[in-house]
Amino acid sequence: MAEYRGVMVHAEVTEGKLAAIAVELLGCGRKMADELGEELSAVIIGSGVGNLAQEAFAAGADKVYIVDDALLQDYRTDAHVTVMEKAVRQAMPGILLMGQTAVGRDLAPRLAFRLETAATMDCIELAIDPGSKRLLRTKPVYGGNAHAVFTSDLDPQIATVRVKAMTPLEPDTARTGEVVNVEAGLGPSTIRTEVLEKVKEEVEGISLEAAEVVVGGGRGIGSADGFKQLEELAGLLKGAVGASRPPCDSGWIPDVRQIGLTGKIVTPDLYIAVAISGSSQHMAGCSGCKNVVAINKDPEANIFREARFGIVGDWKKVLPAFTGKVRELLAG
Amino acid sequence: MNIIVCVKQVIDPEAPPSSFKVEEAGKKVMPPSGVPPVISPFDENAVEAALRIKDAQGGKITVLSMGVNLLREVVKKPLSMGADELVLLEDEAFADGDSWSNARALAMAIKKIGEYDLIFCGRQAADWDDGQVGLGIAEMLGLPSVTLARKIDVADGKVRVERVTADGFEVLETSLPALITVSNELGEARYPTIKGIIAVKKIEPIVWKPADIGLEPAKVGAAGRKVKLEKLYQPVHEGKCELIEGESPEEAGVNLALKLREAKLL
Repeated sequence: MAEYRGVMVHAEVTEGKLAAIAVELLGCGRKMADELGEELSAVIIGSGVGNLAQEAFAAGADKVYIVDDALLQDYRTDAHVTVMEKAVRQAMPGILLMGQTAVGRDLAPRLAFRLETAATMDCIELAIDPGSKRLLRTKPVYGGNAHAVFTSDLDPQIATVRVKAMTPLEPDTARTGEVVNVEAGLGPSTIRTEVLEKVKEEVEGISLEAAEVVVGGGRGIGSADGFKQLEELAGLLKGAVGASRPPCDSGWIPDVRQIGLTGKIVTPDLYIAVAISGSSQHMAGCSGCKNVVAINKDPEANIFREARFGIVGDWKKVLPAFTGKVRELLAG
Repeated sequence: MNIIVCVKQVIDPEAPPSSFKVEEAGKKVMPPSGVPPVISPFDENAVEAALRIKDAQGGKITVLSMGVNLLREVVKKPLSMGADELVLLEDEAFADGDSWSNARALAMAIKKIGEYDLIFCGRQAADWDDGQVGLGIAEMLGLPSVTLARKIDVADGKVRVERVTADGFEVLETSLPALITVSNELGEARYPTIKGIIAVKKIEPIVWKPADIGLEPAKVGAAGRKVKLEKLYQPVHEGKCELIEGESPEEAGVNLALKLREAKLL
């Protein structure tokens, strides 16, 4: 019986390039492959993606499987599960890594069920058990209140990994490797879903994921008008405004500005959390923030357990004075 | 239109993080005292999605839940919101399952319920935050699936779904029957009505054991797992927040700006 060996990364493509998460996964996969003394492969799926193999080599891959077909232009569950099943049966990887993204969240579980193996979602840490050589999959559970470590005896061992949890390698454009083309072999009847439209709702200005300063607002902001004050501060600091879930659910700020377990993952140098209680679900999106500053009237709020600096007080009184002083300091 | 909604009873995710306790040796979460369990919030969004379709074009909503010690006042909540029927998979054997054993039991129960056009689940449960069971049910029943729905419309034997993406949403269409997982962007679930709460007191749920859905106890719950929980622990918080003070909140705000400058963060 053939053996499952090697590490494979499902390398997502966005706007004609490897997605940031793909490069992060290749960095993490490279380390694990070296530790196991095995090969790192990438699988790239899409339409017109043949030229992306070199990007994957530069990011650490030894081998790249390309599945290039016009029917794979948009992500559709049936099509992508089918071609991933084919690529996995051909490559027989021991470990398969995917991103915890809109695609990975949909693809990884269904693929795992199809292959009769088990996936672990939203991992923030992966390691090889020194004894069993099996994959140790650490993921936050209960909204981040606890961490769980899982293993499985089944192959391939599938894990999705949280965005920005892993560090990419320095790209090495001199690296090269083997390209394997896999025939998609899809018939239109395999695909039961049609993509009618794609809508971008990204708000103007600096993106949350790229911002070095983020000003976040919580339930205590109380209105869409309140968020204008946060916009003013973010504008001064050349940062972006985000929110915990309640302001998004209340329509004070667009859903795409949600930070947290089911929203965006942000990693700024400075995160100013205003009227945010700091639930684990929200903090799951800011665990990579280097400096958290909290303004909250509740001294018991969880956010103070996560913050470097804090003020216990009413943001409506604190923030205008803070913003005014920041403006003065930046001007002078 | 027959809709089945899967809901899970979980520890209230809104309970204060300080009340959250793990028993590491037993790899179990201790339910916080005095905080009753709830329906997982995304599952409530799924119930809401079903009710909106029922409001618009009629139909029957069957709620399906699984576990042990299911509190009737918790699992009956979707009925008091307007759902029609409640089926419980309730047995010690169903405890401590993973996404495999849970999806398998729910898929078998759905087969037994028989008639359905749509199956709704929350995008992920608030306890293990995995988001796999819905897709597992779809795969086992051979149905098309759409995840992360924020709007669902049914017309002409098809379902049209707005699916949340990183920078907005996409509009997808698929054939019925289908399985859809629902996200909070759909909008908050309605409150139960007083009339609903009184009416459901008389409704007795249907309760099935593993044998009732044609499964051996070894295929469900902890016995049917494919992943092993090696360790469960609470991450350590460093908790070294420096509180900035002042004679007034305004002065504290000014002092905070000065502090951030001093720390080279401005």
